[in-house]
Amino acid sequence: MQNPLKQITPKDIKRSLLMALWFMFLTFPIMVIKVNTITDTVEWRWINMFIVGAATFIFSHVWKVLIDRKEGRMAAAEEPEKKAEKVTLRERLEEKPAIVKTGSLVILGLAVLFPIMTGMYQTSIMITALLYVVLALGLNIIVGLGGLLVLGYIVFYGVGAYTYAILNYHFGLNFWLALPLGGIFAMALGILIAIPVLRLRGDYLAIVTLAFGEIFRIVMENWNALSFGPSGIANIPRPTIFGLDFNLKQSTNLTYYIILVFVVLTIFIVRRLEDSRLGRAWVAMREDEIAGESMGIDMGKTKLAAFALSTFWAGVAGVIFAGKTTFINPASFTMWESILVLCMVVLGGMGSIPGVITGALIITLLPEYLRAFSEYRMLIFGAILVIMMVFKPEGMIPAIRQKYEFKLNTGKNRKGVK
Amino acid sequence: MAPILDVKKLRMDFGGLRAVNDVDLHINEKEIVALIGPNGAGKTTFFNCITGVTRPTAGDVMIAPPSTGKVERVNGMKPNRITEKGLARTFQNIRLFQNMTVLENVMIGRHTRMKAGVGGAILRDRRTMAEEKQVIEDSYEVLKKLNLEQFVNELAKNLPYGAQRRLEIARAMATEPFLLLLDEPAAGMNPQETHDLDETIVRIRDTEGITILLIEHDMSLVMSLSERIYVVDYGKLIAAGVPEDIKKNPEVIKAYLGEDVDA
Amino acid sequence: MNSTYFIELFLGGLTRGSIYALIALGYTMVYGIIQLINFAHGEIYMIGAFTALIVSGALAFTGLDPVIIFLISAVVAIVFSAAYGVTMEKIAYKPLRKAPRLSALISAIGMSMFLQNYVLLAQTSDFQPFPDLIPDLKFLKPIENIMNTTQFIILATTAVVMVLFTLLIKYTKIGKAMRATAQDKIMAQLVGININKVIMVTFLIGSSTAAIGGILISSHVGQINFYIGFIAGIKAFVAAVLGGIGSVPGAVLGSFVLGLTESFGTGYISSDYEDVFAFGFLIIILIFKPSGILGKPTKKKV
Repeated sequence: MQNPLKQITPKDIKRSLLMALWFMFLTFPIMVIKVNTITDTVEWRWINMFIVGAATFIFSHVWKVLIDRKEGRMAAAEEPEKKAEKVTLRERLEEKPAIVKTGSLVILGLAVLFPIMTGMYQTSIMITALLYVVLALGLNIIVGLGGLLVLGYIVFYGVGAYTYAILNYHFGLNFWLALPLGGIFAMALGILIAIPVLRLRGDYLAIVTLAFGEIFRIVMENWNALSFGPSGIANIPRPTIFGLDFNLKQSTNLTYYIILVFVVLTIFIVRRLEDSRLGRAWVAMREDEIAGESMGIDMGKTKLAAFALSTFWAGVAGVIFAGKTTFINPASFTMWESILVLCMVVLGGMGSIPGVITGALIITLLPEYLRAFSEYRMLIFGAILVIMMVFKPEGMIPAIRQKYEFKLNTGKNRKGVK
Repeated sequence: MAPILDVKKLRMDFGGLRAVNDVDLHINEKEIVALIGPNGAGKTTFFNCITGVTRPTAGDVMIAPPSTGKVERVNGMKPNRITEKGLARTFQNIRLFQNMTVLENVMIGRHTRMKAGVGGAILRDRRTMAEEKQVIEDSYEVLKKLNLEQFVNELAKNLPYGAQRRLEIARAMATEPFLLLLDEPAAGMNPQETHDLDETIVRIRDTEGITILLIEHDMSLVMSLSERIYVVDYGKLIAAGVPEDIKKNPEVIKAYLGEDVDA
Repeated sequence: MNSTYFIELFLGGLTRGSIYALIALGYTMVYGIIQLINFAHGEIYMIGAFTALIVSGALAFTGLDPVIIFLISAVVAIVFSAAYGVTMEKIAYKPLRKAPRLSALISAIGMSMFLQNYVLLAQTSDFQPFPDLIPDLKFLKPIENIMNTTQFIILATTAVVMVLFTLLIKYTKIGKAMRATAQDKIMAQLVGININKVIMVTFLIGSSTAAIGGILISSHVGQINFYIGFIAGIKAFVAAVLGGIGSVPGAVLGSFVLGLTESFGTGYISSDYEDVFAFGFLIIILIFKPSGILGKPTKKKV
């Protein structure tokens, strides 16, 4: 690879200078002037102008280098010979399934030992992260595999959480019974919402699911008799087993293992669905709905199945969430949360299980560990989303399709189906 | 014996435009029939009406699958139901599942001939696995018939153009049709590829016993391949018959060459 | 039924609808041309409001006439919002023209977060009172209990903007180019239309009208913070979809329908469920008319 610094020409410098000037102009009112209309004072922060200028100057060089590289990569992809020369780490791993298997086992082992190796605080953070992993894997079924844009996914998480909270408050329903019930209620709502919107395409579907999401939240905020409004429901019991009395640490650990089991289960099931008749129908729906219908796929059924299977996981995760926090209110189920889960799926790589998991972990854990810059973390997060999409729109770990091995010319299936 | 496809007075209106105007057409078993006409004559709309992509305004689409011989009216049915009944099609502007492998594209064609549901997918019981294995093998066989086996694990979008056209046919054949509708299968092909396609289509008919209806612009292909030809212009059927007659038909020549030429 | 109350709600609905329309124009234009839900569009509206607040605050010491200050800050705000819109397109959307559509959407979401937090950090997280610069119009005195000055100005300005906008789209060269691009991008390119320029102008105009909306509503409500763009953006987007996204008259119609629905819903039923009326109405419309009130049915091109 060439040294990127060598490629800087006077033309680039001129470009960067112009960019710097443009951004100094653009950010002038907001970065430099600060008006307080209560005390009637105006503060002029000229230093900010120079910071913006210098930062833009440097950043525009980096941007240019990255754009050039991306374009080079795209050009190379169009010439198959060049592409073939480059063996990615991914392809090398694919050739050695043993390494992948061992790697997965090591990760699983570390995950099992996590609460023991770290403290309760870390475990608690990890529970949240794993809840989002389940959510992201669930949403991935609709969005990543099925190609249907859903912007109100968090509703189903909310349904699960409220199922446990409300049924526990009124009828003393325990966690273990609530777990499947939450999933089933969420699934029922998912199907109920899906039926009228089956005809809708693309962005219309997105906005309708967003609308359902907001309606759910507002109803929960105002229907005091059912949900206790914005003040929410407190004292939801943590999960226990065998009726034992657990202290906080023990029940945190238990919650951790429950969610871990669900993560593994979700991966297992989604993995199997992917390479099944139904999974292929989902991907066909994503790729071309009309062609899929003409090849004999019942799109209505396929969409309903995607909604049902996807929303079930959100409901289950919601029950675990309620059991973990012991308190829920509508503020946990805003549109913003739905968008966050969608970001996990797309950032990680739509339709790719390892991608979606990585996306979920990064998006939940990064802000935790960026607490040092707590003020700036949302700003940085926004910028990362834009940069990632510009330079790697297919996500961090893009999906690959199942490959089958055949002895050419004999047609016998050597590996068969795993 | 009843024709396997019998279209009577098919009409399709889009707003004020009559794209298909009372067209009659029938096909007998194991025939190769072509539907030709100038651009915008309503050929693809006709296909869409038969395959359920659009619902015709009026008329009847009757099918009689050779396996049962039972006559059935299919207009208004959803495309997937019609495919299940044994009609399969390709698309003029290739519509493969771009990000799926070649094999998977064909496996999608097998969808209606499979049974596995959610439970089977998750549990992977013996029946599901046997079905899956069978589908992979069947799909591979279909690929071989169209000389696509070397691309088996390639993504559809990475295939050369001619191979993409063949994959469209393979995918349609995987649905086990008795009637295959090909929408401009030779579009964009070079003479060699067109020649190969000619042979492939005849072979599909001869060895698989699949009846073929095709829309095509390449006249040499149409004339050498088809046993009967229907000609449409402005949505109306203007001629029907064997290639020799069609070649000499003044209406057809006028439609193709414009009003000025006297034939 | 109390008719004054009815008229009050009606005018309130029209006012809301006007603001939604000013924002929805940008949504629907961008969608029509590059099929992107520009999530960050609401932030442009917020930046417009903030710029107006900052400029008028800085000019307050000059002792100029409040109306002059208002006009200057409005013009500056429009210019800056347009600049933000165009810059945003260059950075976050242009490199993604060939990428999957969801990637562009995520990029827009990222942009939205970035701009919100940028204003939050550079300015403040608190609500800021927006200066009251518009003197009361005398001729509105007799009806001030049903329509006040800012409401009148909002309605009048929106009407003027809509007329200008329609003229621009119908009769100017760039307007025709925009319509052509929305119809068929490839054909437009073949007949020599500069797509990049068309997209740039689309963002420029959309951002300007959003800024006008931002300034007007801030004068009406009297306070702003960094978060106002998100909610307004979502509502305007709902309005655009309601009318049939991609259709300019649809966006305007959808906005007024939404504004009136909300106004009457909150006025006669319950103010707690304001957003439920908006979203519920949207769902009902889309179930019966899947591409919005004026939207063309999605073409199935086979």
